[in-house]
Amino acid sequence: MTDLSKLEADLSASIAAAADVAALEAARIAALGKSGSVSELLKTLGAMSPDERRELGPLINGLRDRIAGAIAGRKAELEAAELDAKLAAERVDLTLPPAPARRGRVHPTMQVLDEMIAIFAEMGFGLAEGPDIEDDFHNFTALNFPPKHPAREMHDTFWLPEDDRGERKVLRTHTSPVQIRTMQRTNEKLPAWIANGQEPPIRVIVPGRTYRSDSDATHTPMFHQMEGLVIDKAIHMGHLKWTLETFISRFFETPLVETRFRPHHFPFTEPSAEMDVRCDRSGGDVKIGQGDDWMEIVGCGMVHPNVLRNCGLDPDVWQGFAFGFGIDRLGMLKYGMPDLRDMFASDVRWLEHYGFSAFAAPNPATGLS
Amino acid sequence: MKFTLSWLKEHLETVATVDQVVNAMTMAGLEVEHVENPAAKLAAFSVAKVVEAVQHPNADRLRVCQVDTVDGRKEIVCGAPNARAGLTTIYAPLGAYVPGSGITLEARPVRGVVSNGMLCSGRELEVDSDADGIVELPDSLEVGLPAADAFGLEAVIDFEVTPNRPDWLGVVGIARDLAAAGLGTLKDPSVAPVPGKGPTTIEIRVDGDACPVFAGRLIRGVKNGPSPAWLQRKLAAVGLRPISALVDITNLMSYDRCRPLHVYDAAKLAGGFIEARLGKPGERLEALDGKTYEAGPEVCVIADGSGAVGLGGVMGGESTKVSETTTDVFVESAYFDPIRTAQTGRTLGLTSDAQYRFARGVDTGFVVDGLEMATRLILDLCGGEPCEVRVAGHAPAPPAAFEFDHAYVKKLSGLDVPSTRIDGILTALGFEVRGEMVTPPTWRRDVDGKADLVEEVARIEGFDALPAEPLPEMQHPAGGVLTVRQARMRNARRAMAARGYAEAVTWSFMRTAWAQLFGGGDEKLRLTNPIASDLDCMRPSILPNLIEAAARNARQGFADAALFEVGPTFKGDQPADQLTIVAALIAPHAPRSWAGKAADPLFALKADLMALLEEMGAPNLQIAQGGQGGGPASSWWHPGRSARLQLGPKTVVAEFGELHPAILKALDAEGPMLAFELDLGAIPEPKKKATKTKPALTLSSLMPLSRDFAFLVDQATPAGELVRPILAADKALIANARVFDVYQGKGVPEGQKSVAIEVTVQPTEKTLTDPEIEALSARIVAAAEKAVGAKLRS
Repeated sequence: MTDLSKLEADLSASIAAAADVAALEAARIAALGKSGSVSELLKTLGAMSPDERRELGPLINGLRDRIAGAIAGRKAELEAAELDAKLAAERVDLTLPPAPARRGRVHPTMQVLDEMIAIFAEMGFGLAEGPDIEDDFHNFTALNFPPKHPAREMHDTFWLPEDDRGERKVLRTHTSPVQIRTMQRTNEKLPAWIANGQEPPIRVIVPGRTYRSDSDATHTPMFHQMEGLVIDKAIHMGHLKWTLETFISRFFETPLVETRFRPHHFPFTEPSAEMDVRCDRSGGDVKIGQGDDWMEIVGCGMVHPNVLRNCGLDPDVWQGFAFGFGIDRLGMLKYGMPDLRDMFASDVRWLEHYGFSAFAAPNPATGLS
Repeated sequence: MKFTLSWLKEHLETVATVDQVVNAMTMAGLEVEHVENPAAKLAAFSVAKVVEAVQHPNADRLRVCQVDTVDGRKEIVCGAPNARAGLTTIYAPLGAYVPGSGITLEARPVRGVVSNGMLCSGRELEVDSDADGIVELPDSLEVGLPAADAFGLEAVIDFEVTPNRPDWLGVVGIARDLAAAGLGTLKDPSVAPVPGKGPTTIEIRVDGDACPVFAGRLIRGVKNGPSPAWLQRKLAAVGLRPISALVDITNLMSYDRCRPLHVYDAAKLAGGFIEARLGKPGERLEALDGKTYEAGPEVCVIADGSGAVGLGGVMGGESTKVSETTTDVFVESAYFDPIRTAQTGRTLGLTSDAQYRFARGVDTGFVVDGLEMATRLILDLCGGEPCEVRVAGHAPAPPAAFEFDHAYVKKLSGLDVPSTRIDGILTALGFEVRGEMVTPPTWRRDVDGKADLVEEVARIEGFDALPAEPLPEMQHPAGGVLTVRQARMRNARRAMAARGYAEAVTWSFMRTAWAQLFGGGDEKLRLTNPIASDLDCMRPSILPNLIEAAARNARQGFADAALFEVGPTFKGDQPADQLTIVAALIAPHAPRSWAGKAADPLFALKADLMALLEEMGAPNLQIAQGGQGGGPASSWWHPGRSARLQLGPKTVVAEFGELHPAILKALDAEGPMLAFELDLGAIPEPKKKATKTKPALTLSSLMPLSRDFAFLVDQATPAGELVRPILAADKALIANARVFDVYQGKGVPEGQKSVAIEVTVQPTEKTLTDPEIEALSARIVAAAEKAVGAKLRS
């Protein structure tokens, strides 16, 4: 009878000594293979008397189970060591730079535009649009600029050449012509995106490019305006004041903005006003909401009865207000950009610094920007 | 325009300070630009008297003075040669900042004697340029009087007048509004006539179109010379140069009453008459500014027997101007047509205080009164004897009365103003109110309707009082306020920014030469008055601007630009000619990488374009690329590396590719540059659906399988033409076919290429058997061969 204890000790030693999966397999075959030492012992069980079998059976089976367990345990150890070695070999230098990615940006004027749209949409304003190349009627005449009146001169208009009918188109000097296009239907064939007459009540904003022949730190030959127009039966100046005050406080994202209404003159509104915000200009840059200074921020007023009449609306029935913001200017004030001209210079460093992430779309949960 | 507080007080009984006046002006609609307040700068300085002045013990040129000051008697060391006992001068206390020398006074011994202040020169105070000695003032001034008062300096208010309010171009007009606003009481501005002796012998004629009314008067025996100090000071304070008494009086009338006048030396007027008429072709005139102007038939001229002697309402002529030797003066008070005067100013490039006022419209009711008032001033300052007033023509009719329902104030402004208060405001502003009928004064021709009256009431009542009333609730449009197109513009921006492009906003105009390179440059899209010659043509494309921007960034050391713009381009001058374009440009100068060479950046650009199109909801588009020697894409593209994306044979949605090197050279840009231009308007809008529910999704439980095919095709065959028939070989089963390798070289016959395609098969009803897969493969091979002659590579 083989010395079971010695056999177990020998087999355990060879399993523990197996340095790799192949050596372990050899040890397994030597013990548990067809002619393995343990398998041979198991074969002897059949020829034993029931008494011998009762005595030796559990010992041999126990041996087999312990050896099989030891092999499985050693196998797991070897596999873990192998994986560790493989992973160690896969090490990379993570201080190396990734492929450079460009940082995309939304232009600050367009960010501000989205902010303004978000605020006015909440108040029920829709968007209306019109062409950049306008005719004299929409840009001036219908807006109650008398022909040859000095008020026209104040606009520094860009002109296109006379056409066959002796008419000269202009680059719109403001977004106000879209007031006319919104209130009055023309028979002209127009693309669908251009406003062409809608029945009151009307509540729209009109963003867009506008043009004046002027250039310095606060004037560029092209800039962006946002017009607002509200027409209904009982809309008065108090509604205008609320609308603009509410807008300004939401736009600057502070309840501290103090505003002031003062009379002004525009041919297309009566009464006309400008709204100022309190600001501090003492430090070179402008701080909104503090200080002793005032800064004009929007022109506005009640739509002139002549303008309503020019659009076929009876001023004894319909009335309302209009206003006009400089979009770029509001952006400069809110985000501290000192020179309007930079807005249109396409300097990638400037765009990266003052531009906005694609994900900064204004929404009620995260604020405007 | 400028005025001073004391001038205002000639018309307004008030105790208001400068700050109160400025605030009241602002709230009445007068935009104050600037207040120059010399008193603020001189606040520390006051009148003092030198009691004793003795030689400084240690310095020859210094004196030690005992001075009576606002702070009591002070010992002050002074180096001025005129520091003497009895002198009345200006004292600066310790701690005062001396503006002219930029120093702050400290108690410091001067050669052993402490000076307890300083006596100042005119230059140190910045009141004049005199630095030779300390200020010498009249002995009548009392010790302690503020320096600004001693010099008669006062705050000057500079303000801007909107074109509707010419009456504000006279101080009395401002006084009237401020009185109505409750700042004081308006003094009676009426003018007493001055009777004349005998007729004015110069006949006056008018041509009604140029000059509706012309009043004139001869004053004989005047003595013209410098005007008195009070008048010179008054004019100088508002920035006018004193010239002579007669001229200064006309300037005073302009600023006080917005009543420009002109004075002629009667001895120099020829022919016994003066007329206002339109100019004759070629008629020339030397004006008072020394320049010669051509007064064509559009310009109103004043003429005598010799021809033109003045530009009516704009400027007088050199030949008839008054001088020191003038004894008989002819005074003109006329009303010139605003539009014509405005045009004359533009045509001749000539403006003046008179032109500015006439172009805006002066008071038609003050033509003769203005002449009477000027007569009084001339008699007072220059003596002489007036002849009778002579008038030719007729002043335009005064404004007509109209009906004004007082309730309209509340309706339009939201302000609750009692009727009596409304009437009070209007009356104070010079309107005549009779029940519901209101007549504007002759100086308020801007008022011609009831909305104008609401403005008058509201601005005097104060815009501060306007109630802030929330807009009535309005039903919001379902699905947001933006149209599909507007939402696409907004999404395009954020999609491009998310893919690494920086948004630029560039001018809508560019130089004509560049527009022409990009299919534009039409005559009718060229501005007649561009701000610069390189910004003279409406753009046919955004690309030149982006190319220029990238090139400019590269010159500043930032070559790796990725820019985009969403904005208009112009095919013509009609509204329908304006397109909305998304343009993007990459100047691929990617930094070298340790990870190896990147793929052709043109395909990165194509991926960005495809992603954008998907974001915009564009349907599948055909790609059209030209063959050798030019393709269907526009001429500014690289012929072999550009293509078009089309919807059907006609609608071009986008073009993309590498820009033609010759174009980049013409625009002075270093290539290569890659770009696309996408016409947002060409992408069809989705049909409006009643519900937001998405179509049902059927997910197959069967595994998709993939099979690779390598085909040999002619090297000129586009891969896309091989893929299309494969996709069509079994539309039900083939889910995708994607090129994953293109190879030319060893093992591939000359003139051919091998294109490897992975075909994904998605069984729908049951797992495919091997024979079924074989049959499908055979159909794929057959379709490829039929379409482009492709052979399966063995």
